[in-house]
Amino acid sequence: MKHLLTALALAVLLVAPNAMARSYVIAVNQFVEHPALDAVFNGLSTYFKENNIEVTFKHHNAQANMGTANQIGQQMMAEQADLLVAIATPSAQACAQALLKAPPSAKRPLLFSAVTDPVAAGLVKDLKNPGGKITGVSDQLPIAKHIEMVRTFLPKMQRLGILYNAGEANSRATVVAIRELSATQGFEVVEATAAKTGDVYQAAASLVGKADAIFIPTDNTIIAALENVLKIGIQHKLPVFAADVDSVRRGAVAAMGFDYYLHGRQTGAMARRILEGADPGTVPVEFQKDLQLQINSKYAALMGITPPQALLDTATKIYQ
Amino acid sequence: MTLYAALGAIEQGLVYGIMVIGVYLTFRILDFPDLTVDGSLPLGAAISAVAITHGYDPYLSLVFAAAGGFMAGVVTAVLNTKFRILHLLASILTMIALYSINIRIMSGPNIALLGSSTVFDRVSQLGVPPHLAGLVVFSILALTVAACMVWFLSTELGQALLATGDNPRMITSLGVNTHFIIILGVGLSNGLVAMSGALVAQNQGAADVGMGIGTIVAGLASVIIGETLFGASTIARALAAALLGSIAYRLAIALALGFEFGKFSFNPSDLNLITAILVIGALITPRIKRGLIQR
Repeated sequence: MKHLLTALALAVLLVAPNAMARSYVIAVNQFVEHPALDAVFNGLSTYFKENNIEVTFKHHNAQANMGTANQIGQQMMAEQADLLVAIATPSAQACAQALLKAPPSAKRPLLFSAVTDPVAAGLVKDLKNPGGKITGVSDQLPIAKHIEMVRTFLPKMQRLGILYNAGEANSRATVVAIRELSATQGFEVVEATAAKTGDVYQAAASLVGKADAIFIPTDNTIIAALENVLKIGIQHKLPVFAADVDSVRRGAVAAMGFDYYLHGRQTGAMARRILEGADPGTVPVEFQKDLQLQINSKYAALMGITPPQALLDTATKIYQ
Repeated sequence: MTLYAALGAIEQGLVYGIMVIGVYLTFRILDFPDLTVDGSLPLGAAISAVAITHGYDPYLSLVFAAAGGFMAGVVTAVLNTKFRILHLLASILTMIALYSINIRIMSGPNIALLGSSTVFDRVSQLGVPPHLAGLVVFSILALTVAACMVWFLSTELGQALLATGDNPRMITSLGVNTHFIIILGVGLSNGLVAMSGALVAQNQGAADVGMGIGTIVAGLASVIIGETLFGASTIARALAAALLGSIAYRLAIALALGFEFGKFSFNPSDLNLITAILVIGALITPRIKRGLIQR
């Protein structure tokens, strides 16, 4: 009898914490395997792990195929998830559309992450007050801060080369913003585009002699082939700056960027609020909170510039 | 696979099925491997999205899209027939050119259609629940397209098209202008592909310049799956098989999305591999069965 009681007590102890804390199911529609997007998912799942909230992820990846993204969107409506998370614009649009068509019983809150312009993408009408069932975290870049950083490195910079894929909505938005900024700040923008990773080397080479530095927005195509750009940068002493910090680790001179891992964690925190009962329609769209300056002084030297001490002092991470 | 996922796959199979019929027309009937489709699918989406955002009726936008796709196909076919550029290269050239053209048409890489009027609105107004509206619209359109194609291929012109693919020398000796027939056929094919693209865009809530990647792969896979599983003894049967093949291909993806194998957990990145294995399984099972029976 005594043994039985002990066993019972033990069983209660073991089961109780699980029984008390609710466990959740989150279905994730990620557009493509990509270091930045993978980091978002990683941040999202780590957030829940660290806060001891039990979440089962139904993680799908469209492998860069819009048709598949769409199908995943529909599939997710049937997955009995408590929350849907879409990573990157095409997946978010696919989920939003699936949600629109889903029967009322299948409608669930949708959080987007790593979407640059949620309004232009048609996901929300109003950033402050999304209404409906959709809200999320935008990775819109603080362009002015990026350009300021480049100009601190290169005070005499006259021509800024921008390398991007004209087929990516996110990059397009960034480039338009930089163009507007250039008009008031007195530098010239030189653009080069690559439609696929195989075209990146040539596009980067086309900027040699036409630009004083290269800036790469958070462009999936260019970042996938970043090493091509770095090679050109080293050969021709053309400093390459990026908008995401992961590229600094790989060899970009610096980025005033943000870490997609933290972006994922921020998405996680928002997801938690909604799982715990907040109405997505009243949760404003968030932008990246934590910006960090990272510098790669080894590659800076290879590309022929010395980082100013003031920047080195404020950098959160310096690669030697 | 849940019912909802299955319905979604059938819906996708039907809407891409219109594209598959287009691919069947060039690949099987004209014997013209046409990669233009990777560009004409987003072309149709782009035209339709621009038309809708400018206030045109979504159904009318399908006509614009098909017309645009037809012109793209004509460019490929003229490059091939009149300028003697190899069909593969001619179609690749048109395809890469369309990438830039599509961005011009949309004045950007992506147009959101979430909340815009679409072909589903009228069906929903009739009381069809929104999650079935796509299925209804696409069934009607895909079957209509297939039926029109069966009729067209039975006309004199259609017969000339069939003969051009089978035996161009014979048909030339009968006084038929094969150049005209090829231009017409490739144009028609891309018109269908573009119409399919327009519907896909309206269905997924956005037209995107990248949405055409892999169209030819899905198209060829669907045609061949259809032929293997459902036969192609007559034109009507072959076209039905193309549609069914498209559905089977999408069902394989849906199955792969929900795939679990005991304790072994797949990574999301294994999706394409699992899809390929499922399709291979579907293709070789009948053969293995036949082999076993014969023995």
